[in-house]
Amino acid sequence: MKKHIAHLALAAGLAASLALYAIAPQLDDYAVNILVLAGINIILAVSLNLVNGHTGQFSLGHAGFMAAGAYTSSIITLSLAPVLASAPAWQAQAAFFAALLAGGLFASFCGFLVGVPSLRLRGDYLAMVTLGFGEIIRVVIQNTNALGGARGLEGIPPYTNLLWTFGIATVAIYVVASLVNSTYGRGFISVRDDEIAAEAMGINTTKYKVAAFVIGAFFAGLAGGLYAHFISYIAPEGFNFLKSVDVVVMVILGGMGSTPGVAAAAVLLTLMNELLRDFEQYRMIVFALLLIVLMIVRPQGLLGNFQRRKRKATQP
Amino acid sequence: MDWANLTQQLINGLSLGAIYALIALGYTMVYGVLRFINFAHGDVFMIGAFAGLYVHRWLKPFFQWMPEFFSAFLVLLLSMCICAALGILIEKLAYKPLRQRSRLTVLITAIGVSLLLSYGAQLLFGAAPKGFPQLIKNETHNLPGAVSITTEQIVVLVVTFLLLVSLRFIVQKTRMGLAMRALSNNPTAASLMGVNTDAVISFTFGLGSALAASAGIFFAMLYQAIDPFMGILPGIKAFVAAVLGGVGNIAGAALGGFLIGLVETLVVGYSKNIGIPPGFRDAVAFVILILILMFKPAGILGKSEREKV
Amino acid sequence: MKRNILSRVDFGALPWGALVATLLCGLFFAGCKKKDSAGNPEEIVIGEFASLTGATASFGQSAHKGVRMAVDEANANGGVLGKKLRLVTEDDQSKAGEAATVVRRMISREKPVAIIGEVASSRSLEAAPICQQNKIPMISPASTNPKVTQTGDYIFRVCFIDPFQGAVLAKFMLQRGWKNAAILTDVKQDYAVGLTDFFKDYFTKNGGFIVSEQSYSSGDKDFKAQLTSIRSTNPEAILVAGYYNEAGLIASQARELDIKVPLLGGDGWDSPSLVEVAGDAMEGNFFSNHFSAEDKSPAVQDFLAKYKSKYLESPDAMSALAYDATMLLFDAMKRAGTTDSAALRDAIASTSGFPAVTGNITLDANRNASKSAVILQIQNGKFRFVETVAP
Repeated sequence: MKKHIAHLALAAGLAASLALYAIAPQLDDYAVNILVLAGINIILAVSLNLVNGHTGQFSLGHAGFMAAGAYTSSIITLSLAPVLASAPAWQAQAAFFAALLAGGLFASFCGFLVGVPSLRLRGDYLAMVTLGFGEIIRVVIQNTNALGGARGLEGIPPYTNLLWTFGIATVAIYVVASLVNSTYGRGFISVRDDEIAAEAMGINTTKYKVAAFVIGAFFAGLAGGLYAHFISYIAPEGFNFLKSVDVVVMVILGGMGSTPGVAAAAVLLTLMNELLRDFEQYRMIVFALLLIVLMIVRPQGLLGNFQRRKRKATQP
Repeated sequence: MDWANLTQQLINGLSLGAIYALIALGYTMVYGVLRFINFAHGDVFMIGAFAGLYVHRWLKPFFQWMPEFFSAFLVLLLSMCICAALGILIEKLAYKPLRQRSRLTVLITAIGVSLLLSYGAQLLFGAAPKGFPQLIKNETHNLPGAVSITTEQIVVLVVTFLLLVSLRFIVQKTRMGLAMRALSNNPTAASLMGVNTDAVISFTFGLGSALAASAGIFFAMLYQAIDPFMGILPGIKAFVAAVLGGVGNIAGAALGGFLIGLVETLVVGYSKNIGIPPGFRDAVAFVILILILMFKPAGILGKSEREKV
Repeated sequence: MKRNILSRVDFGALPWGALVATLLCGLFFAGCKKKDSAGNPEEIVIGEFASLTGATASFGQSAHKGVRMAVDEANANGGVLGKKLRLVTEDDQSKAGEAATVVRRMISREKPVAIIGEVASSRSLEAAPICQQNKIPMISPASTNPKVTQTGDYIFRVCFIDPFQGAVLAKFMLQRGWKNAAILTDVKQDYAVGLTDFFKDYFTKNGGFIVSEQSYSSGDKDFKAQLTSIRSTNPEAILVAGYYNEAGLIASQARELDIKVPLLGGDGWDSPSLVEVAGDAMEGNFFSNHFSAEDKSPAVQDFLAKYKSKYLESPDAMSALAYDATMLLFDAMKRAGTTDSAALRDAIASTSGFPAVTGNITLDANRNASKSAVILQIQNGKFRFVETVAP
């Protein structure tokens, strides 16, 4: 029964994306900008949530996966640009899709590379190592001239629109939510709740941890590709540790372990970002205070805890 | 083999390493006592540098009546006090309420505090880098063989050494030090034996922050420009240093700090020879972190801890 | 452990509804902003983006003052084409990526007829494709990397370009008899990388030798490792291709390492902050620039007087160039007789012999200005004129 609802929701989401795309010309440019950014943030938040929230692996390196996807897809579309300029529209879209996929796949490969050494690490150490990986990816890009180095890549064809963004966001939500709610998905949650007990019960925690990183990184890579083809310019500075923190804030605000929660938080924070744009100085301070207060007063975020009705001894 | 070049790089590396060592000490002490990484520590380092800037400004009129070294010492001392107070305040407000919670919650809070400090500093002081005043007259001393060392570098190395010795004295020979070690070893037993946990924790934070402040002053002295985000990278590198040396181990933190400073400088200095562009300077620390956590997670001087179920 | 009332709340299946509600809110918020019409017809909107805050705040502040002065002057004289000018300024915070965002936002919200910006080549490169795509003429006051105007035919600049600047520096070095040079480049900036390439090209083709090439990144504080390496190769002069804050630190640290040879830089050094951090260490070093405050020509003296009385401080090259860029824009508007984008673009492109503070401006087929450079030397904390080099 639940499965049917999920499929219905997926279809509804895709239909809504199509509708959004159709009415886009009626909307103010600036508003469309915000919506696309919100969609991209949803993908980032939901994918990070799989790693941080559902599997309990605190990763601070999500921006690195985003960068991997952004650069891979951009290199592909930039090198195909002369060919695509004179090609029919559907070919350009197909190429874009292929580029996005390639970005996602390369990002998930990076996720694999990060997940494996992190297997033995817990909590604080894991956070630092993932931060380290994110920074290493950034520094490598910064020093590779073929990728534009520190000066970035410009002139990326702007293929991203509301349809792509919300379409992929819907798919991401669907995948993560169904995954976690499935029998297989219980494995993720068991790793979060008590890793040693899970091992003792015969669950292959290694497999789940790596899977979480790989899937999470895949969607982060897609988000990166969408972002690159939206802003048309990417630079390694934009994918630094502070960007990872941005996504972490969304996950924490929404409630680690709650897919709808983090998606809602992503939208809220995108809106808040824009509203506070004139007060740029105060924006991050507001975020920081939000984090601190949230941890003291309601660490499970806005909508956390809703799925775990039973009182857990391992409350955050 | 260009010995002059190598020696010079070593001198540069050690003075950079001294700064990392001082910051790493704060990390390691807090970890030893509270078992968590105080992410905001790097920003206390930054506040130390700014504190030094403003203390110098306010006290400048009085400096004409005292010898240079004394006024510099005064600036250092006052900054250390300011940051010690700041560290204690942060602990009381942000970390104390979370003492029973999971380590992850505290880590997230620490990230929040770190962001608050950096962006708050940006709001107060502006994002553009500020010049740091000359605290002591800086001369370059030419050593035999085309190697030079500046007065500032000498001061940094000497004072760091003195601070390390004082720290060792405090930890090994005083009651408070004993209490710190007890708390680090077994918190429950320590409090049962009458150790005032809150006081010891506050003291640890204060001490660590004071050391971070001194690192901030030294950094500002050597590199002359300070900005609100100067603490992020050195903070992370110092954390790596603490891990490298063995978290919770004071000698290890110092050792780790010097090692990281040396490796970073050598990688940049010999970048042409080893084919790694100097832009990788910041990644060096991370690579070291990953390697050490994969191969010897307890660090150079650390002991392996068995994970009890 | 104390649990507050908030942690007891249990939501059930509500969250998915909450998500949908949030998305609808977002949509509503977006939908509320209907498509704007062109705003107030009685005024002409001029856009500007600059680094008002952040690492290179000095550039943005100077440029902004220049633009502001030009706009105020024009408004005091009755505006342009009978309408008042309204200046919209956005801050890109000296950060990569921000320029693109703020320009995009400015275009969609304010719909300026033209945009002045930026000083830093990297940030101009970010914004240029956006201006080109939206067919809004963009005039850069001081970006010297050739790629900026290569972006498209709506992108212009009022300054010389780095192939020329690199050659100027190389020629100067060779004239002084410094044949062995070391180079220290900021690899994070298009400006620096381009300048280095052009310098090397001219220098090596005319009898010079590059004994050492090192690099750093904007934001770095410690250059001792690279300087030590350079020192061991015994150069006669060092080219520091980068912006003023790092240049100041490099000069300081070079002196500390007992490096006595002169350092040279490009127009990226032009800022009062250059000497602030480095102090005495900067004495005797040289850099190439767009104009010198010691120039006795009436245009320059007039500008100096006006600027000083308005802002109570002396202008630098960035303010002069920004002023020139804006005045040139107004001149083009008058010649075109309209602010219509294509006509305005053509008028700007055909600018010839425009009398600017920084010299006569004629835009060539690549939309660059062909102008002389000056070499300045730091003496007693001030920038003193040494010589002019014509193209």
